[in-house]
Amino acid sequence: MTHTVRNRTWLWIGALAAVALVVVFACGGPQEEVRRGGAATGGGAAAAAATYVPPGDLDEFYLFYSGGHSGQVFVGGIPSMRHIATIPVFAPYPATGYGFDDESKAMLGGFTWGDVHHPSLSRTNGEYDGRWLFVNDNANARVARISLRDFKTKQIFGPIPNASGNHGSAFATANTEYILYASRFGIPLPKGTYASIDDYATRYKGVVGALEVDPESGEMTHGFQLMTPPFDWDLGSTGRGPSADWALWTCYNSERATGELEKTASAHDRDYAIAVNWKAAALAAAGGAGEMIGDVRVIDPGRVPGIAYLIPVAKSPHGVDFGPDGTYFVTSGKLEAITTVFSFDRMLAAIQAEDFTGEEDGIPVLNYDSVMEREVQIGLGPLHTQYDDRGFAYTSLFIDSAIAKWSPATGEVVDTVPVAYNIGHLLVPGGDSMKPNGRYVIALNKLSHGRHLNVGPSQPESSQLIDITGDKMRVLYDAFTEPEPHYAQAIPRDKLNPIEVYPKEENDDPWAIWDVADAGVTRDGKKVDVKMAAVRSTLHPTGFEVQKGDTVTIHITNIEQTTDELHGLGINGYNINLVVDPGETKHVTFTADKTGVFAYYCTNFCSALHQEMQGYLMVR
Amino acid sequence: MARRLSLYQHVLEQPIRPLARLAMAAAMAAMLGAFAWPLWTMSFESNQYPDPLRLAIHVDHLEGQKTELRDDLREINSLNHYIGMRPLLESDFSEFLWMPFVIGFFILIILRAVVFGTVRDLIDVTVLFVYFGLFSAWDFWHRLHGYGHNLAPDAAITVEPFTPPFFGRVKVANFWIESFPGGGSYALAAAGALLVAALVIALVRARREARRDAAAAL
Repeated sequence: MTHTVRNRTWLWIGALAAVALVVVFACGGPQEEVRRGGAATGGGAAAAAATYVPPGDLDEFYLFYSGGHSGQVFVGGIPSMRHIATIPVFAPYPATGYGFDDESKAMLGGFTWGDVHHPSLSRTNGEYDGRWLFVNDNANARVARISLRDFKTKQIFGPIPNASGNHGSAFATANTEYILYASRFGIPLPKGTYASIDDYATRYKGVVGALEVDPESGEMTHGFQLMTPPFDWDLGSTGRGPSADWALWTCYNSERATGELEKTASAHDRDYAIAVNWKAAALAAAGGAGEMIGDVRVIDPGRVPGIAYLIPVAKSPHGVDFGPDGTYFVTSGKLEAITTVFSFDRMLAAIQAEDFTGEEDGIPVLNYDSVMEREVQIGLGPLHTQYDDRGFAYTSLFIDSAIAKWSPATGEVVDTVPVAYNIGHLLVPGGDSMKPNGRYVIALNKLSHGRHLNVGPSQPESSQLIDITGDKMRVLYDAFTEPEPHYAQAIPRDKLNPIEVYPKEENDDPWAIWDVADAGVTRDGKKVDVKMAAVRSTLHPTGFEVQKGDTVTIHITNIEQTTDELHGLGINGYNINLVVDPGETKHVTFTADKTGVFAYYCTNFCSALHQEMQGYLMVR
Repeated sequence: MARRLSLYQHVLEQPIRPLARLAMAAAMAAMLGAFAWPLWTMSFESNQYPDPLRLAIHVDHLEGQKTELRDDLREINSLNHYIGMRPLLESDFSEFLWMPFVIGFFILIILRAVVFGTVRDLIDVTVLFVYFGLFSAWDFWHRLHGYGHNLAPDAAITVEPFTPPFFGRVKVANFWIESFPGGGSYALAAAGALLVAALVIALVRARREARRDAAAAL
């Protein structure tokens, strides 16, 4: 009897063990690569070769990342994905002395940060022309222009009147006639007006607008604005080719809701894209349409027909992106699994035929079915779309944490690749122009945990280089940047030709000196001017004296004419750090309110005797 | 002896045969090369200057390579000041005044010899020109020596006085220096060679003529 019971017990144990083993092997076996969020396929060696730039060689593309709330722009190289330089824009940057000298301090306008989301390379005939890079400040409603001749921020425009927040920006029109911007938050206009939040739907307004760009200097000045219902304008795209005169923005909260927007702004199934004929709007503005509000000409498109039309798009849309030939545009609803292709021609036809299904504050709403070309079941949380030069589109899927490759012509999704993790924007170099370069797509991800050495709670951002030349997309490389890129731009390296030295002949600063013999101090009452020359390895003069309470301006010229020969001027106790490029002159003004002896020295390494490059500021 | 001297005198008074005059004219043209190309070039290469610093010494000016990235003459002077070497300033070289003058002078006296000169004139011109060439070479060496030996005593970096390379590829501190004649010097050397050739050609004919005359006189 005992023998039988023992056998049966062992039988049960054996059966259970067998089942357990089966379960373990079925579920805990070799992990699918898909789950690891984009492990390199096809062998690490091939990927390494594709990203390796040998010492002394150069990357093929410049990569300009938006820096998010760091307020800066990061410059990297493709395919190495190395960080090469930071271009300071909205925040002080001691490494290059930005925000410490009089000129850049004035340009910052009292702000010490900005939120850069979308950079836009200047373009001619819809193709990048390498002159300027424009970026937006989402936080303080500004737009900045960076010159690609010397990679410096030249102009910060704003805060822009009437616009609260500036997310849907910066977008350059096909010939950089205008840089477009859009308010994110509806407010009563003009700024400074109070209206109860209960009147949000009627008294609060949004704006979409255009800054005019001088074709020679790139200088931005006011163009015009369109006053809109208080929709939260989100992302924009400018047309090209047949659609060059048009621009679109998507919005959310077309419900005109307040409170917890998470819920209240997601009530309707559809929101809108606004299609603006900016050419017609500019003409109307020049003709005197609209009124001046806060120094800008503001047109009410509900009263001036032919300028703006609303197109229903899937709920809470995020990105809108014109295709390379400008004949179609694609929107994605981040809360729905579909991406929609709209035909530009069909849109024009619907406008012509007045095929409207309603209006918002006088702005006609076009019939969705008349403009829509096809809807594509793309994946969860579609956001932004880029294009290659072989007729494919690439859409980022935030919730799926992946990129989908699909054909706008057929609606077929041909491939998806997981990314690590939670992608926001993506970038095909040239993928928002008429000439995409279809070799790579870069996934600009939001989360990077576990993909890099553990650096504590505050983590860097992830951008992944993905090869798109084959049938299947291949993740080649994980790169990490400072917080926090959103969108980016990339251009082939031979399209840019920056200078490395400011030629002496070009320096027309009245305080510039080129001979150390001209260095010295001049005084006019309580105003002291110091002409300083920096050259290897002395700061001339090596010392100077002022009285307490004097207003002192130091004008320092780096008289070198050799590449990479920078000098710095750090003044102890006075919180000053200028960095001067070869051939450049900078100025800093301060009040000598502390007595004593304050050492100054060259901060930017320059020569074998860099340590010896020092002097004393004496304040009596 | 007297007969020898008289023959010798006779040779000197011979007109210069046309072939020699041609060579002399060619020498004059060659001398113009001194104005077209540099007399001497120097380059300075190191790890941090893989694209070498370049200096060209012309007959009437000093020229450093100048690009958008670098002004080589300024750069050379910047580097030299660490060892206390005097900066290279065009105004410190009187050669840039007298050399063009002297070359012009030679062209004129050779022209004179071509037009109404005798063998004596050709000998004069050739000897003087060779002297000028040797003196110039010495002068260049002397300048190099001077710059490398009169180093400021308070210089940051103390180096043994030295003579920068006159000819060839030489390592000085972290630099490989290449110092070679330029087109202008080759042109002057060619002019010298042409004058010597002219002299030989002229002398051979002149001696024969003089002998014949002496025989005829007998």
